Amino acid sequence: MERENSIEAHGLVREFKKGPRAVDGIDLRVEPGEIYGFLGPNGAGKSTTVHMLTTLLPPTAGTATVAGFDVVKEGPKVRKAIGAALQEAALDPFLTGREHLRLQTTMHGITGEELRQRSDELLTRVGLTEAADRKIKGYSGGMKRRLDLALALVHRPRILFLDEPTTGLDVQSRTALWVEVGRLAKEEGVTVFLTTQYLEEADVLADRVGIIDHGVIVAEGTPEKLKSEISSSTVEAVPADPGQRGAVALVLERFGEQTTGYGPGSVAVQLSSPNGNLTEIVRALDADGVVLSQLQIHEPTLDDVFLAKTGRHLEGSGEEEEQGQELEAEPAQV
Amino acid sequence: MLLLAVNSGGLQSATRLPGFPTDSFLAFALAVPFVQGALLATINANVEFARDIQTGFLNRLALTPVRGIILLLGQLGGLMTIAVIQAVFYLVVGYAFGVRLASGVGGAFMLLVLEIVIALGFAALGSWAALRTGSTEAVQGLFPVFFVFLFLSSMNMPRNLIQADWFRWVATVNPVSYLVEAVRSLVIEGWNWEALALGFAAAGALSLIGFALSAHALYGRLERT
Repeated sequence: MERENSIEAHGLVREFKKGPRAVDGIDLRVEPGEIYGFLGPNGAGKSTTVHMLTTLLPPTAGTATVAGFDVVKEGPKVRKAIGAALQEAALDPFLTGREHLRLQTTMHGITGEELRQRSDELLTRVGLTEAADRKIKGYSGGMKRRLDLALALVHRPRILFLDEPTTGLDVQSRTALWVEVGRLAKEEGVTVFLTTQYLEEADVLADRVGIIDHGVIVAEGTPEKLKSEISSSTVEAVPADPGQRGAVALVLERFGEQTTGYGPGSVAVQLSSPNGNLTEIVRALDADGVVLSQLQIHEPTLDDVFLAKTGRHLEGSGEEEEQGQELEAEPAQV
Repeated sequence: MLLLAVNSGGLQSATRLPGFPTDSFLAFALAVPFVQGALLATINANVEFARDIQTGFLNRLALTPVRGIILLLGQLGGLMTIAVIQAVFYLVVGYAFGVRLASGVGGAFMLLVLEIVIALGFAALGSWAALRTGSTEAVQGLFPVFFVFLFLSSMNMPRNLIQADWFRWVATVNPVSYLVEAVRSLVIEGWNWEALALGFAAAGALSLIGFALSAHALYGRLERT
């Protein structure tokens, strides 16, 4: 039974007509009850992967099973087992929240008293009871996302796909959604496949993270494991006199390898020892007569992991590619 | 309805032409809103359908266990319902202004059935455009194309009274003429089985072609396994 909540993919590929290979041979396994964060910049292939795993898009090559069913051969069975909130909260502005729930519930074959009870239960759970009879055009972005989540849950799915569920939300709405997703996994054993471009989201919410870039998974593991494997802390120093930048670099390079991507006037090194001694660094700088205006120590982040694997920072790295791949999740024109 | 009011006021003198089938231009022209209304309603609704594709609403529906063809039938069924409501409205307006159906109450029911088939034809073609392109602009762009067919039909003049040979020829090969004439026959002639058969044949052919095209486009659009 437990095994049936898992997601597995082997060599999953999706090519688009006149387009790049959006997903280029992905292997992954998501355990039952796990929250798997699929992290990557815009255009990396996250949404295309979700579309394939939710049966909306057939893979060009490779195999995948969701809830124990083949996504190509057993599409209807997969759809019965999963719930999905895709990238855009696709809601009709002229329907109310309750009407959306009624439509979605009916289409899953739930009717009568069960429909009413399930709708009320979900509206309460996502905090939309008071707004249930208001038209969607009056909803905030956070309310739409919460309704979208409720719609994905009407038929009690065992696996939940959330495609960038918090993009564009304020901090409060984002946190509320995190709490609900965490509760679903912990209390109800729902397996969650969550795509995100937010480092913090993956770090806070996901049990395991897969980092995707250019259609390929470049790193996978728990956030802690990935960070500890890839990098130790980074020290960033800003000299009071910009002319002393070279001198600062000379001192810091004794403690590690210089790294880029920090402030324009600063010098940063990734410490060669995981527990680099900040006191020694300060003493060495002082001994060389360098005056600093700022000294910071940065703990490794998932962005460091992305940087180490791709040579680019995650935030903003997709923007230059986005234009060419923005239709990645669109089916090929017929 | 505005176009009907303008035409029936301005073209009333046309009824004095020898061979004109009725002395009320309003009764003659009442057939036009039935066809034009079906066209307008289905185009507008299909613009919304295209928007559903653009926003991902169709994907939401595609993730339910409902079969693709049922989704399409639901869309077309909604459009046909709108067309029937409009048709009842036109009948009531015509009645209020003194138009009495020569085919009686039975003719009114036949007219509603015909309206359903006409609406299905336009709706299916509009749905095909929406599914094929996924673009609201493309569906809106269909309206003037369909409108050209309406203007080049026998909407304002019986075909046998059209003087220009080329126009009469175009109106004769234009299927929209037969839709208009079938509706018109129920209003001013009574039970003209030939006109009805031609009207149903034209509407049925449009529906079949449109449905086949839109069903094909739906499976291409959804691509779901």
